[in-house]
Amino acid sequence: MRISLAAVLVSLSCLAAQDRGAPPATAKGGALTDLTGYWVAYVTEDWRFRMITPRKGDFQAVPMNEEGRRVANAWDPAADEAAGNQCKAYGAAAIMRQAARFHITWQDENTLRVESDAGMQARLFHFNSAPAAPGERTWQGYSNAQWERPSSLKVTTTNLRAGYLRKNGVPYSESAIVTEYFDKAPAPGGAEVLLVTSIVDDPKYLAQQFIVSSQFKKEAEGSKWDPTPCSAK
Amino acid sequence: MGSNTVLGKVMLLCVLGCQTAAAQFELTGSWAARNHEFLTGDGLPVDFTGIPLNEEGRTRALSYSESQLSMVERQCQGWPAFYLVQGPFGLKIWSETDPLKGNVISYTIGAWEDRAPMIIWMDGRPHPSQYAEHTRAGFTTGLWEGNTLVTRTTHMKAGFLRKTGAPSSDEASLTMRFYRHGDVLTILAIIEDPIYLAEPWILSRSFQLSAAPLSTSGPPCITAFEATTRETAPHYLPEKNPFVDEMTKKYGVPRDAAIGKPETLYPEYKKKIAAR
Repeated sequence: MRISLAAVLVSLSCLAAQDRGAPPATAKGGALTDLTGYWVAYVTEDWRFRMITPRKGDFQAVPMNEEGRRVANAWDPAADEAAGNQCKAYGAAAIMRQAARFHITWQDENTLRVESDAGMQARLFHFNSAPAAPGERTWQGYSNAQWERPSSLKVTTTNLRAGYLRKNGVPYSESAIVTEYFDKAPAPGGAEVLLVTSIVDDPKYLAQQFIVSSQFKKEAEGSKWDPTPCSAK
Repeated sequence: MGSNTVLGKVMLLCVLGCQTAAAQFELTGSWAARNHEFLTGDGLPVDFTGIPLNEEGRTRALSYSESQLSMVERQCQGWPAFYLVQGPFGLKIWSETDPLKGNVISYTIGAWEDRAPMIIWMDGRPHPSQYAEHTRAGFTTGLWEGNTLVTRTTHMKAGFLRKTGAPSSDEASLTMRFYRHGDVLTILAIIEDPIYLAEPWILSRSFQLSAAPLSTSGPPCITAFEATTRETAPHYLPEKNPFVDEMTKKYGVPRDAAIGKPETLYPEYKKKIAAR
């Protein structure tokens, strides 16, 4: 009897430990980490693909399929600009790879807003929201967000306009799905680092998932914030 | 023993156990490389883009000739632990557990042909004295912070931050944080080197769980005569590296970026390029 009672208590205790309380009323109130503030991209990887516009045909490391390569090789930045598509490299599948600053704020209790100075884009991460209904496609699409214990943010983005993974025309299609994980970490000297792992699924142009991770340093204030419009070149 | 005491102990064990199970993830297995980020450099001799070298590091890097690798005594030197987040191979990870308690004593990340295995000690042992032997792999300890494995590596031999010759000193350290999201493992690496870096170098790299098993090690390195007969190590004297502008010629990368000036790692440098 003593063992049985212990087993019951053990089970209850375990359940309680794994599911601590009901979900909070709002995403902001239940935030598992504070991502707000100014973050600057720290370009230690893919330098020549991010800090300058790579030359046409320089697609190294992107797992494109044949159709993807065909489209990439047809890249024409002048035509993009003429068609008003100069923001194709600033869509949700690529924006976090831009050499840019990002400002993260709570737009409301259930919406996290991520703005970039490069390209002057704004992403909205919707918590406690139904999946995106078919609607107008935009560069930033529609993002569903959820906290993942103990301290990660998962964001899934759909409803995208077709854009570029890299500025020299590496394509993603409007059916691409972007899954991102945001994690914060301490760095030497009391600094903070934001790590964003990005997974792009796009069978139209990619032979496999495109997975990159980007790191950002926290800045105390926004004095270096410098909004700059999109550029196709 | 009273029933309350028994129950209390059982519950305490349970809570601790539940917290452990909920907080950690399964690290062991085969993690395939996803080389969608370009970390190793292009094979051009002077590609230090994205590395915040200080003056000493830059001078040393520009003196490096890859022909050093043809010297018999250097052919099998391998690369330091930093290569784990830059090299092209996947990770085979396994653990050693205490047979009685079941806790993990250590994780091992298997070797590659040109990188030594890394043992991550999880049993709380301290790092050795600063005077202890330095090895290519270094000495690594780890602990779980929530669901993140945090490791710290010290006691590495002097080597390279990147295969193109950016140097690392034997005072360098490597802190890694392992995050798992579904079948993706992302490692955030922070490299500190007071001798050759102007600021901590922060990298990240993702791997994907593989159903196919990866090898626990690479083939053995066997030295051979590669026609280097000089008695001095191949090198370039200051200002004499003939490849310093290769990145500029081939890709249009400014020289300051190719030689790893720290200011080139931030967005304002992009605007500086555009203004030229």
